[in-house]
Amino acid sequence: MATFFGEVVVAPSRAGLDEEEEAREETPEDREIRREIEKKRYRRRFPRLRLESREREIDVLWTWKSGGRAEEPLVCSRFIVAIGRNAAAFLSSFILDSVCWEVVGVVKLWNEWCRTSSTTNVLPTDSFCLFYRLISDPTVLLCQCSCYVAEDQQFQWLEKVFGSMQKKGLQVTILSTCPVADYKTQESTLTLASPFLKALKTKEFQEQVCCPLLEQPNIVRDLPAA
Amino acid sequence: MFIPCDRGGGSAAPDFKGFTLLMPAVSVGNVGQLAIDLVISTLDMTKVGYFYTDCLVPMVGNNPYATAEENSTELSINAEVYFLPSKKLVVLQIRSPFIKNKYRPFCETLLSWVKSSKCARVVLLSSSHAYQRDDEQLLGTPLRYLLTPDLEKAVGGRMQELNWKEMEKVAAYPGISDTDKVLHIPGGGITKLLFTESCSKGIHMAVLLKFCSEGDNIPDAFVLVNYLNEWLQLIKSEVNPSSQWKIPSSWRLLFGNGLPPALF
Repeated sequence: MATFFGEVVVAPSRAGLDEEEEAREETPEDREIRREIEKKRYRRRFPRLRLESREREIDVLWTWKSGGRAEEPLVCSRFIVAIGRNAAAFLSSFILDSVCWEVVGVVKLWNEWCRTSSTTNVLPTDSFCLFYRLISDPTVLLCQCSCYVAEDQQFQWLEKVFGSMQKKGLQVTILSTCPVADYKTQESTLTLASPFLKALKTKEFQEQVCCPLLEQPNIVRDLPAA
Repeated sequence: MFIPCDRGGGSAAPDFKGFTLLMPAVSVGNVGQLAIDLVISTLDMTKVGYFYTDCLVPMVGNNPYATAEENSTELSINAEVYFLPSKKLVVLQIRSPFIKNKYRPFCETLLSWVKSSKCARVVLLSSSHAYQRDDEQLLGTPLRYLLTPDLEKAVGGRMQELNWKEMEKVAAYPGISDTDKVLHIPGGGITKLLFTESCSKGIHMAVLLKFCSEGDNIPDAFVLVNYLNEWLQLIKSEVNPSSQWKIPSSWRLLFGNGLPPALF
């Protein structure tokens, strides 16, 4: 696309597909060159990070059973997931305490935005993803996920977390936040009273929702959507 | 991949044998997807299922085709399938881009689903960068079609009657005149891959595409859906066909919110 000054600017396409990907077949030589470049990039950005072949894989470690990995599915009746720093902070401030809740699991992952570890002793400013269980009712589970789970890791996160659970009669509640500026409405967001709550629910959820439903054309993305 | 919706009454998965599968490519201006929105909205199609796939960016919202309070609360996700038995039409709508390196697995799974559900043919709506046209393509209609060899035998004649233009092949190495000609669809997303795979697998596929640029692509969507209608006759087109297509409620506020009054 030519601009006023005559130089050609390639506009990013809303279609989203990287032109390079579809334009050429990658030869083994290309693949080797790309891998070497990626290695260098990771070493420069994270000098102490050893490049592993499965660096995008995520690990879900359940700590409630000795050995670290649960073989039997976790019996769960209610699962509350807080995604993002605000939602995680909400749980820390109003729900979680060391008397009623115990840590039962942790997600270990790495992506370009953050890295979590397998430690369960975290600071509020760390990136982490922890699972808690209500001591008085062990079927109530809570997840605080303050780290960013990348697009290509979201499906994996779901399969590994829900794969460990017995899903019959399970009710899932997802807590998340979005910027008010992203909210699409007829009026300007400047005059909107914020913060405000909106909800999405499946048709199987029959209980009363505590706030209005999210109107079109607004949508939810990333891990909460997944 | 395909998960049927529970429609109640113990209904089994719908039978797509002999149906036309209409679907978009996620391409420049999202024209294919907008055109599919018009088809689903106008024909008031019923959702019969979705694709459970790790290849598309997740998203969820309420019913994008809602017409009233009562039907506005059904959840909608990134890849859903709609059905209209009276026109033997099944429509796939894709609402988000592909995750990096996942478009190939998606194409493979999609084509094997097409084969296993015994769809008669696939019609792919797509678009291509307008700025990549050569001198000849700059003149005349911006619409093109492509047919796999098997479908060419069946409907090639109809395209001639409609006076449609087939997508031209371009030189593999531009500037060098005596090279092989190849199919090149810049900005077309998975269009070329799906088409070439369909050719080799014997799937009946037609591609309908429009040259366009990013911007307000609603007029492009109308042009493309009218082009499709010339062939498939989904709605009556004697009167002004553009006025017959129903814009879905989710197209509101495509270019942002209302303005703050303090601005003035």
